[in-house]
Amino acid sequence: MSLVARHLESQGIATVIIGSAMDIIEHVGVPRYLHTDFPLGNPLGNPFDRDMQLSHTSMALELLRSASKANAIQRSPYSWNGDPDWRDDYSKVTDENRAELAQAGEARRAQQTEMKKLNPRQLIPNP
Amino acid sequence: MLIIQGYETIVNKTYDVPYMERTRLYYEAQGYSEPYAWAHFANTPFSALQKPLSESTVSLITTAMPDTEQGRSERKLYSSLTTPVPETMYTLGLSWHDTVTHTQDIGSFLPIEPLLVIQDEGGIGSLAPRFHSVPTAYSQRQTLEEDAPELLERLREDQTDVALLVPL
Repeated sequence: MSLVARHLESQGIATVIIGSAMDIIEHVGVPRYLHTDFPLGNPLGNPFDRDMQLSHTSMALELLRSASKANAIQRSPYSWNGDPDWRDDYSKVTDENRAELAQAGEARRAQQTEMKKLNPRQLIPNP
Repeated sequence: MLIIQGYETIVNKTYDVPYMERTRLYYEAQGYSEPYAWAHFANTPFSALQKPLSESTVSLITTAMPDTEQGRSERKLYSSLTTPVPETMYTLGLSWHDTVTHTQDIGSFLPIEPLLVIQDEGGIGSLAPRFHSVPTAYSQRQTLEEDAPELLERLREDQTDVALLVPL
């Protein structure tokens, strides 16, 4: 999505991203970014929290209005209402799941080979 | 802060998740030898607003696919009507954190309803009548040379002034 934002911006359309992966955003570089510290999948905040979702949308629009140069980053003050250890959990590799992951990788490669045979243009999701 | 293979634990519970490092370790454990290389640029483009937001047409861009037979089977650029607000979107295959959350509430990743509220209050000129699904392609060439230019064309058809992009 960072690449898309950069492309639109370079063609005159002002953009703002609402997302939760600060390291990727900083690495690629985007015009404007509202960082919401939530598990990937809920960039607008806690599911079913309409007030928070509205607030994040308003913050993003305010950033669009106020930013005067590229790489404008703002952090949301809100936080996740679920498991406080969620950050440690993402894509965790442990001695317990290492063998299972290796097997899953084998299966994924086999599946990708089949997909490419059936439809060479089928896109493989970004990791 | 204690750092063990990309996991900061014990000392500081709130930190920015190092997704690039986690992804590298995760795929390495799956037997992939070449780590994914995110794009990196020295400069970032910037366009100032051409008119006030209260007069601007806002377009919404997501990485979720339409929850239709085609959307579930083929990841590509789709344009869908913003109203009626879709009840579900297809999010399988995206790297969201499925062990701690879910995507059953589209409001948690696709802010159509908030934008309609803000439109009614006069905060934006209008929400464009369609939103766009963009695939997260492994291939940066695919994104840069095909999806992004095609999206730009569609936004110009929509007379978009500003775009709100919300990746999952």
